[in-house]
Amino acid sequence: MEDRQTRPLSTVKAGETVKLAGIKAGRGLNSRLASMGLVPDVEITVVRNRHPGPFVISVKDSKMILGRGIAHKIMVL
Amino acid sequence: MAEIMKKITVALAGNPNSGKTTIFNMLTGARQHVGNYPGVTVEKKEGLCKYAGFEMTVVDLPGTYSLTAYSIEELIARNFIIGEQPDVVVDIIDASNIERNLYLATQLIEMNVPLVLAFNMSDMAKQKGLLFDIEQLCELLEAMIVPTVGNKGKGRVKLLDAIVETAQRGKKERTHIIHYGKEIEEELEKVEKLLAREHELVEKYGSRWLAVKLLEQDSEVTAKVHRKEVLDAVTAGTEHLRTIFGDEPEIIMADRRYGFISGACQEAVKSTVESRHSRSDMIDAVVTNRILGLPIFLILMYLAFLLTFKIGEYPMGWLERFFDWAGTTIIAFWPAGSESWFKSLLVDGVIGGVGGVVVFLPNILLLFLAIAILEDSGYMARAAFIMDRIMHKIGLHGKSFIPMLIGFGCSIPAIMGTRILENRRNRFTTIMVIPLMSCGARLMIYALIIPAFFTEKWRGPMLWLIYLIGIVLAIICIKVLRLTVFRGETTPFVMELPPYRMPTLKSVCIHMWQRGWMFLKKAGTIILAISIILWVAMSYPKPSRQSLAGLSSEQARQTALAYSVIGRIGRTIEPALKPLGFDWKIGTALIGATAAKEVFVSQLGIVYAIGGADEKSHTLREKLQANYTPLTGFCIMLFCLISTPCVATVAMTKQETNSWGWALFQFFGLTTLAYVITLIVYQIGSFIAG
Repeated sequence: MEDRQTRPLSTVKAGETVKLAGIKAGRGLNSRLASMGLVPDVEITVVRNRHPGPFVISVKDSKMILGRGIAHKIMVL
Repeated sequence: MAEIMKKITVALAGNPNSGKTTIFNMLTGARQHVGNYPGVTVEKKEGLCKYAGFEMTVVDLPGTYSLTAYSIEELIARNFIIGEQPDVVVDIIDASNIERNLYLATQLIEMNVPLVLAFNMSDMAKQKGLLFDIEQLCELLEAMIVPTVGNKGKGRVKLLDAIVETAQRGKKERTHIIHYGKEIEEELEKVEKLLAREHELVEKYGSRWLAVKLLEQDSEVTAKVHRKEVLDAVTAGTEHLRTIFGDEPEIIMADRRYGFISGACQEAVKSTVESRHSRSDMIDAVVTNRILGLPIFLILMYLAFLLTFKIGEYPMGWLERFFDWAGTTIIAFWPAGSESWFKSLLVDGVIGGVGGVVVFLPNILLLFLAIAILEDSGYMARAAFIMDRIMHKIGLHGKSFIPMLIGFGCSIPAIMGTRILENRRNRFTTIMVIPLMSCGARLMIYALIIPAFFTEKWRGPMLWLIYLIGIVLAIICIKVLRLTVFRGETTPFVMELPPYRMPTLKSVCIHMWQRGWMFLKKAGTIILAISIILWVAMSYPKPSRQSLAGLSSEQARQTALAYSVIGRIGRTIEPALKPLGFDWKIGTALIGATAAKEVFVSQLGIVYAIGGADEKSHTLREKLQANYTPLTGFCIMLFCLISTPCVATVAMTKQETNSWGWALFQFFGLTTLAYVITLIVYQIGSFIAG
């Protein structure tokens, strides 16, 4: 059994790959992120997560920068 | 013989960074027209392309990831496709990032438009080791697919052939549809059945698409449906799906679309090389480095600034000399010493006005050269991020930094440069405060006043203080605007980090040309019109011959200005200016300065009857020293810094916000602010000075 404990994406270290569990944001942002490929179970690799500096992830072959606020709202496994 | 061309409309859709613009340029060359979509400030680009007996109007839709109702760009793209029924929609796909890019294609497939897919940047995909089974993909997606390399112009003919073929074939029923799974399909079916009675809507949108959008709780589509039984079914359906999946239906549906895409890709896309650290990653490691990132950004910005203004100085000088020459040539047609209103209109009004417009052109072209390079190379996305932490604190997007910096050179290119900002609130807020960035023309005023009133030791700090006041005021104004007129959440920062690419000469040139032309055509005409009006106000009415008799030419000019509309306004508003420590002479010069800030200096020269005044004029400085206190001097600078943007700025704001309302809001808002602040400073200052 895999661990069902979810945590915010912002706590994931660079280099780790995680799975998206859900996004706790408004519908607009949720839908926008979904259209950019952030759908349930998608694999997210954190490329860079360092304070201060950009929070960069890689999803489906494309790199994205996220604000820290969003990274807190994205729950991953 | 000219054959009769068949006219068709082709719409280009695609993700941001998919190279849509390069395909647009490849198809239309320089025959493009840039405007706005009606009622909004989203840019609309159109171009013409003639091929194989077809005259194609190619429309570049805004770059989007999807076609929801959540953003204005997506709505525009969607409404264009539904409303204008283009004969062909070409979806530009970044072939090196195919899954994410095909998401938009699934939406177009659902709208059942005649679709062509351009697999752009196919060279990059090849480098990445991606192999496509195009035939199989064509079958699965039921659209023609053409590999292209937009920035190298490859695939043009094949793409045009595919467009023509698809246009001739027209709409057809699809056999494959995206299957959303049993539960969602059941709900879709229910809604579709009930929709059958909404004839008009179904006719226009298709029942499947309507049902999908209704279950996605799309606000725009929902508002169009009026039958209660449909809306009830939708509410029940979404409620039901929410309980089953524990998530919004639209998210599950997005997931299913991605599922459809991965299904297609699994069969038809082979990856031969394991992806490794690319060149982009290496560049990123340096330019977004914690320590190096900011300095690199600042150096690049400094270079952009130098390019815009230092290099721009040369062509500006040539243009100025050309207009001077044109003026003297025209004067030569009249006998020396004769006065003619027509001569004055031509030389001072028209040539002065046109010259005043055209001299900005080099700045605009060079700024957009710099912006095009920054954007096309992919650096702009990084720059936005680097500045975002700082700019976010004051309530703006990271990219706002660039136009604001350009504002220190000149507000005109700066306001035009806000086009790099996608969000309307960010863009308008930035436009409103740009005049507070003290521009080059205002430096001439400071250069006249500071040495007149302050000792050597204080001159540097004084100049620095003025610039600083502008910046601090801009930050305060942004805060206030964001809390009042432009209230709303700052859009959360999500942005794709496109791979670095070499900008191509062609696309950079087209970009520059478009902006330059747009400036001349749109803003130019307004600037010209207002300049002429100001010229009239400054020259008329003329005093009688007798009253000028016996005066020196300087005195005559002084009398004429005092007699003109502007001179009269200056006198009339003197009581209002008194509390600021200004007399009618300063008032007149200030009104004249709305034509262009540097005019303040020459106007002051005229009211003091000093010939050929410029910012280095000793006599004018002596006059100022004799008539005013250093406090008044400081207040003049303060007022010029904050108040009344010049007419060119007003015209530019009108053009870029698409409304006189905002332009006048800026004009009066800043002038009021200037009045209040100067009033406070002067009153407190005189109180302390006793």
